[in-house]
Amino acid sequence: MGESLALTLPEIILTVGAIVLMLAAAFAGDRHARTITWAAIGVLALAAAWVPGIATAGGVAFDGLFVADSFAAFAKVLVYIAAAAALVAANGWFGRAGDYRAEYPVLILLSSIGMGMMVSAGDLLTLYVGLELQSLAAYVLASFQRTDNRSAEAGLKYFVLGALASGILLYGVSLLYGFTGSTLFGDVSVALQNDGVSTGELFGIVFVLAGIAFKVSAVPFHMWTPDVYEGAPTPVTAFFASAPKVAAMALLTRVAIEGMGPATFEWRQIVIFMALASTILGGVAAIGQPNIKRLLAYSSINNVGFALIGLAAANREGVSAILFYMAVYVAMTVGSFLIVLRMRDEAGEPVETIASLSGLSRTNKPLAAAMAIFMFSLAGIPPLFGFWPKFLVFDAAVRADLTWLAAVGIVTSAISAFYYLKIVKTMYFDEPAPAYGPTADVPQTILIAAAALFVSPLGYLAIPLIQPLADNAASALF
Amino acid sequence: MTGILSLMLAVPLVAALACLFVSASGARWIALAGTLIDFALGIVLWANYDIGGAQWQFVEYAPVFSRFAWALGIDGIALMLIMLSVFLMPICIVASWTSIEKRVPEYMAAFLLMETLMIGVFMAQDIFLFYIFFEAGLIPMFLIIGIWGGANRIYASYKFFLYTLVGSLLMLVAMLWMVNFAGTTSIPKLLATDFPAQAQTWLWLAFFASFAVKMPMWPVHTWLPDAHVQAPTAGSVILAGVLLKLGGYGFVRFSLPMFPEASNEFFWLVMGLSMVAIVYTSLVALVQNDMKKLIAYSSVAHMAFVTIGIFAFNRQGLEGALIVMLSHGLVSGALFLCVGVIYDRLHTREIDRYGGLANNMPAYAVLFLLFTMASVGLPGTGGFVGEFLSLIGSYRASSLVGAVATTGIILGAAYMLYLYWRVAYGTSRNPDAAAMPDLNARELVSLGAIAAVVLWMGIYPESFLAPMRNDVGLLMARVERAAPSGDAHLAKSSNVPAASAAHETAAEGAHH
Repeated sequence: MGESLALTLPEIILTVGAIVLMLAAAFAGDRHARTITWAAIGVLALAAAWVPGIATAGGVAFDGLFVADSFAAFAKVLVYIAAAAALVAANGWFGRAGDYRAEYPVLILLSSIGMGMMVSAGDLLTLYVGLELQSLAAYVLASFQRTDNRSAEAGLKYFVLGALASGILLYGVSLLYGFTGSTLFGDVSVALQNDGVSTGELFGIVFVLAGIAFKVSAVPFHMWTPDVYEGAPTPVTAFFASAPKVAAMALLTRVAIEGMGPATFEWRQIVIFMALASTILGGVAAIGQPNIKRLLAYSSINNVGFALIGLAAANREGVSAILFYMAVYVAMTVGSFLIVLRMRDEAGEPVETIASLSGLSRTNKPLAAAMAIFMFSLAGIPPLFGFWPKFLVFDAAVRADLTWLAAVGIVTSAISAFYYLKIVKTMYFDEPAPAYGPTADVPQTILIAAAALFVSPLGYLAIPLIQPLADNAASALF
Repeated sequence: MTGILSLMLAVPLVAALACLFVSASGARWIALAGTLIDFALGIVLWANYDIGGAQWQFVEYAPVFSRFAWALGIDGIALMLIMLSVFLMPICIVASWTSIEKRVPEYMAAFLLMETLMIGVFMAQDIFLFYIFFEAGLIPMFLIIGIWGGANRIYASYKFFLYTLVGSLLMLVAMLWMVNFAGTTSIPKLLATDFPAQAQTWLWLAFFASFAVKMPMWPVHTWLPDAHVQAPTAGSVILAGVLLKLGGYGFVRFSLPMFPEASNEFFWLVMGLSMVAIVYTSLVALVQNDMKKLIAYSSVAHMAFVTIGIFAFNRQGLEGALIVMLSHGLVSGALFLCVGVIYDRLHTREIDRYGGLANNMPAYAVLFLLFTMASVGLPGTGGFVGEFLSLIGSYRASSLVGAVATTGIILGAAYMLYLYWRVAYGTSRNPDAAAMPDLNARELVSLGAIAAVVLWMGIYPESFLAPMRNDVGLLMARVERAAPSGDAHLAKSSNVPAASAAHETAAEGAHH
């Protein structure tokens, strides 16, 4: 028991931290919201510091319910970084309207615990509990600006559709349990191996995949994404687009490889369909969007599609590519959203139209340059670093003898290049729109600069650092 | 001399970054200094290149990216194309000295970045490093066309970007497959790998999709006239001078030596498209009223000589193709500069607005005539050497191709002389055109420098052929096994029996 608890130390740190901060919030009040936010970032850093040590020791806790391997460690650190970035983003954003409350960092911490459990799940029930913990916190976060109709609507939509997805997922879990006799990934896998994939098991697999696909917002379970992303407060959107995506993608990978490995042939078709549908729809539907947050929502759908190509490969390279993809994706997405946070008119009111970016290269050169880096990077144009994870994903597909998938997938990336170019065009070619109001949030500026540097060509120098970690993490699943 | 290639890549890059932090005039001087230093380094490179020595020289290797390496190295073909790039760059900067007024620091930075990426393509010895340089060039060119271009610049920039992007993406998948098959990313090692014939077909098509767009070959050339017309003068020079050569370089470096069987298989595809391009685009050029468009279409026609020469599978054809690439880089660049000179004065590219320029701009008329003649392929200029060799090569491969391609020379003379006649001869049609001053010192130096090299290439092409000879020989040895037999043979030798047999059949037919 003691060993098991030691393996879950990051989660315990986060839990204790969340509870302490909740009490602090209750007694100190919203005036100290900023201090509590920084404290929450500290808690995340502390939790992250324990992760690598636990991964090297490695191990299974609570009789297989919880797995602390290098795969979970990689995803967890990434999730914590993204959550911390969302906290920094919120700290500078809400304050102005006077609607920032101390519950925000606590909710992010709770969501992070859920995400940590998702990526460490070794059992279908841990998976479900982690997913729900993450989601419940997220529903509240989506409607955090309760006086704003759009925010309330986003929360409600997210909740209703999320509940439906949870239902589908649970149904799949119960089918799998019924037909294989276990909820442990290992045992499910053995059962699938022993007597082939029966119809009941196949239904279970399909339902589980559909439920998780909702969380990663892969087509055709993406409908909620643009609405929720548009309605939720921008820092929350930045959070939704980064950390939960990483966690859900890692979870999907683990379930598919560890739990359903013997049924690869069956689920591969589903994943391929979702991957191509996501890249195509994420590319086409974004073209006409006038709202930058909706556009970035479609961009996230598009990116998930590419990451799913790595899953379709179902080999070590593919899993490693997914992790690498998510690492770079977090930097690009958080960076883009931090710039969206900067989009305020003279009065300090947020603006969300793409048209307001017109001529940004003349009114604010560094900001325009950073945004251009993120856009070209999201489009996967070398020499920007966004090219590299796409490269790895397609490489994995080619190695898995899915060259046709790589060819089709890569051509769909040209579709999405169009709307990323549109933003660059708006910033660089068009006549200037009224300049944005001044902002002086230093931590955000540092984060934008750091993300931009990471996805700039300098990022290639980080490959020798990240690649072994991702490869090592991928080996944990095979 | 190890490290000189990295240094040549670093100089423009550092200058580009420096440009962003200074004023307009500071940026101009930094850009000029950066490009001149690179040109000087280029001369050092050529001087130290050991002709007849190792195939790959100045090799650098640093496996800093884990999956691929910072591997640089050049052979003679790459050397010549690098020289072309570093020679044209200072001229581009000078050409933009006064004509670009807005956002000068960014403009200069974009050009310097472009230089790094272009010469990087020629230097790369790692297939993925090549791809990154090859593809990255889209970003600065997109910005150059989109920010400093003409009225319809946004459409042109999108078209340029998306056309070339779609072409290149399939090439990446092919590269992934090749690396997976051969287990190496090194271009010299891949050059020695024999890919199965079945796979070659697909790989060849994927590479063709990329290089044919870049080249550009008919019918995927339509982005070029738009991009040329809208781009600022220096942008057109770089586009025509160097960027189009990336396609030809790709064919020489990848398609032909790596997939010889497939190259033979698609012989008629390449020749067919090239023949159409030569005749069709020449005719289109004949009816243009826009000077830049006319030269753009002439570029498509000239590039067809390159593809014909490359896929002729013989030494003359290949050497001709390489010389056409070099001379066209200089000549079309110079022609765009000539257009730029009068565009700066009158702000129109309409041919009809000019006329009789020989009267008030004699120096300009002389240089313009020289470049017109070089474009036509007059002996004594680089154009003649390249096109002549290329035609010999194509005739040896197929007499039909040789015959059709030769009409391109006639049509080329027609549209170029017609252009020159309308612009320079006769009496001026407009008082403002008649009042234009002759070349200033800046323009004279840039055009004069190109003119000198064009004549040098025409009179003593050996200087340019010598470094490439060895590499052409190696390439020929590599593709020999797949070369098409060709239909042009001497009557005296092996074909005699066949010819007499044909004669007999014909006689028999007449008898019946």
